[in-house]
Amino acid sequence: MLTIKDLSVDHGAIRALHGVSFKVEKGQLAAVIGANGAGKTTLLRALSGLNKASQGQAHWGDHNILHSKPEALVRHGISHVCEGKSVIPELTVAENLDLGALWRRNRKEAVQSKKEVVELFPRLGERLSQRADSLSGGERQMLALGRAMMSKPQLLLLDEPSLGLAPLVIEQIFQSIRELTTAMGLTVLLVEQNAMGALKIADVGIVLNLGSIAAIGSAAALKDDPAVRAAYLGF
Amino acid sequence: MVAVHKRQITNKHRFIGFALIALVVYILSNIVDEWRSFQGATVAVYVVAIASIILLTGYSGQISLGHGALLAVGAYSAAIAQINFKLPLLLCFVVAVIATSLFGALLGAAAARLSGPYLAGTTLALAVGLPSIANQFSILGGEQGISFDVGWPPMSFGAEFTQYKWFFWIATLAALISMWWVQNILRSRYGRTWRAVKTNEVAAELSGINIGRSKVLAFTVSSGIAGLAGALLAMTTNNVSPSVFPLALSFSLATGAVLSGVNTLGGVIIGSVALVAIPEIASLVADRWSGSESVATLLPDLIVSALLILTVFLAPKGPIEKLRSRHSK
Amino acid sequence: MFQFINTLLIGITAGSIYSLMAIAIVLVWRSTRVINFAQGGLALASSFVGAAVLEKTGSFWVSLPIAMIAGAIFSAAIEFFFLRPLLKRSGEKEQEIFLPIIATLGLLGIIKTVLNFIYGDRIGVITPPLSDKGFVISGESIALSPMRLLILGTVVVLMVVLTLIFQRTNLGLSLRASSFAPEISRLAGVRVDLIRTVGWAISGAAGATAGILQTTNGSGSISPESFEFSLLLVFGFVAAVIGGIESLVGAVLGGLTLGIILSIILMYVGGSLVFFAAFLILILVLLLRPQGIIGAKGGRRA
Repeated sequence: MLTIKDLSVDHGAIRALHGVSFKVEKGQLAAVIGANGAGKTTLLRALSGLNKASQGQAHWGDHNILHSKPEALVRHGISHVCEGKSVIPELTVAENLDLGALWRRNRKEAVQSKKEVVELFPRLGERLSQRADSLSGGERQMLALGRAMMSKPQLLLLDEPSLGLAPLVIEQIFQSIRELTTAMGLTVLLVEQNAMGALKIADVGIVLNLGSIAAIGSAAALKDDPAVRAAYLGF
Repeated sequence: MVAVHKRQITNKHRFIGFALIALVVYILSNIVDEWRSFQGATVAVYVVAIASIILLTGYSGQISLGHGALLAVGAYSAAIAQINFKLPLLLCFVVAVIATSLFGALLGAAAARLSGPYLAGTTLALAVGLPSIANQFSILGGEQGISFDVGWPPMSFGAEFTQYKWFFWIATLAALISMWWVQNILRSRYGRTWRAVKTNEVAAELSGINIGRSKVLAFTVSSGIAGLAGALLAMTTNNVSPSVFPLALSFSLATGAVLSGVNTLGGVIIGSVALVAIPEIASLVADRWSGSESVATLLPDLIVSALLILTVFLAPKGPIEKLRSRHSK
Repeated sequence: MFQFINTLLIGITAGSIYSLMAIAIVLVWRSTRVINFAQGGLALASSFVGAAVLEKTGSFWVSLPIAMIAGAIFSAAIEFFFLRPLLKRSGEKEQEIFLPIIATLGLLGIIKTVLNFIYGDRIGVITPPLSDKGFVISGESIALSPMRLLILGTVVVLMVVLTLIFQRTNLGLSLRASSFAPEISRLAGVRVDLIRTVGWAISGAAGATAGILQTTNGSGSISPESFEFSLLLVFGFVAAVIGGIESLVGAVLGGLTLGIILSIILMYVGGSLVFFAAFLILILVLLLRPQGIIGAKGGRRA
């Protein structure tokens, strides 16, 4: 279970996140939605150790995850996929995938993970020896997800996987995320600008506004809540 | 941003300040011995050279690790103007400034397109490469070099007036004039443009500043001042040769600029005095606590290098800014 | 013709040493985005270690690896104790870009002072383990001696080892990934800080080798105030820039190109123009082909 209590993050003199508290049950897919600048990315970066939190607590199970470095959190089963297709364009597809499993001692399991990723995204399997910058936007997002899966995560932090993709591709990616969550028993925190798409696949929804939680509840309920629809879904 | 209350300093105040410095130097030059006069002249030369680096790095954001090469251009031009063209002394200094400005404009045209580390490496390569050219052209006098002689002080100053005191006067006058000019140009439209480019190139470009031209201009002005410093240095050594402008000179000047606080012109005196005083203090210390000769010769370098690293860690914006920020807290 | 071939041979030998120095510079640049201006001083210090070991053991083959290890340790220590805290402190502010440069200059000063203190006026001697008399072909002695062959061989072996490390091992993948995208690498679980230190260590070893080989190829002796090592730094930098500063292959090509051009200038134009020529080549490359001779398109990253 991911438990966040009173989490605040500052960017210099500006407070980007004001005392946010929520819980995500194990195996759930939680969508964090909200406008630009609502603090969604800040939330993820604080959880994965890229940004420092100023206040509050965050636990993954019993493990306190604030004040840890990202490379340490990966070893505790937390993987973060950054905004904007976080792959390394200069490396090949295979190298990008391998990178996610370098820290794993058990090489057999790592090889097994790679097999699973390639099964999940056959397009990546066909392009293993190509450089990542030769991939399309959707393929790159798959690669980023695949790289995160190589670390055998239990908690997946996804930042705007739909960014800059065509509608059809977005649907595919969202579908893959849903399937992954269920098949692998993952817990996922999905930050999305595309609120409608995210709520469709999510179990729970968290609406952020100006750094605070504006609404929280089951995804289905939020999707149908007229106030939420008007304010954050745009219709 | 916390607004810092500043007393308005006008040009009149500044002029009084400069006049006071001149007066102090005048009095000093009358009481100190020849060696101190020579040191005073050296400080003044460093003031000019370091001001040139501060203008370039602190205000225009361009790094130079090879200022010694620019000093060399100034020194050789002054000497050639004197030997080959028989120009009067004052004109020799003018030639040094103009020639080095032109050289700097050429170099600046290339430098404007280079970012930090590349520019640092390029200027370093220049400092290593330029002085050795002297061996290729006979007009430059090879390893022995050529001489630059400002002559004896005028007879009207009296027989007591020493050569070194004369150096001290000339160098101080030159330093005062160039500092006056530099602080004016930094306050002018050009100075503001340089700072705008340094702070944020994109924003500066969007507000209509021609970034390339602004950087080249800064390089040109800085080079002109460096040229003057070179001619002054040649005056104190009486000789212009590759050995006067070793790589170590470039490094010392960069060190002096960092110790002065590369973002504040006013700190220039700190670095200049430090470069002259540290070797002297070090040898005093070494004499007192250790008989070893090697300690005496090595201590200055060690102190300078250690100060450099300490400054980078403890007062990256320079001693003056450090004090200021402590006061405003 | 005969003279020209000799000029080429001299250029290739010298160039292969510049390549090593260029590799040292490139490795540091890729891992930290800093040019280490103390690199020449580090190579000098490592060469002194090599000279001391040579004096004790009498074996070049013991002294070279020990000098490499010393170079690796010196370089890693500089990264760990100076650059890492400095870069952490100044953060990502672009304006502070000159601070690491100044810090490496300060370190250079300290390295030289310490060497001066230990060695004073004495010099370190690294006698070539093989003859430096040229092979004789049809009655004429060419500029290729057993020693030069050894230098070329050492450089080639090192290149092959480095290429294997970088392309075939997990460490190499970590090194490359950390240099291209440190943040993504950290999120993938790579200990980027540690990998940086390793990058500096390899760089130090390459620099140490360059220093030792440069000494055996040149006067055979080193002094704390060596101008030769300042030159080595500058030539290494120029070679790295010719090669696009990001690429190890580029660094090798850049070193060989520079070595050959300088050797031709030395032979046919004039000895004292060599240093200035290096500067001109640097300026020309930066202005005409800033991405280097094999670099990808696109501007230079600061």
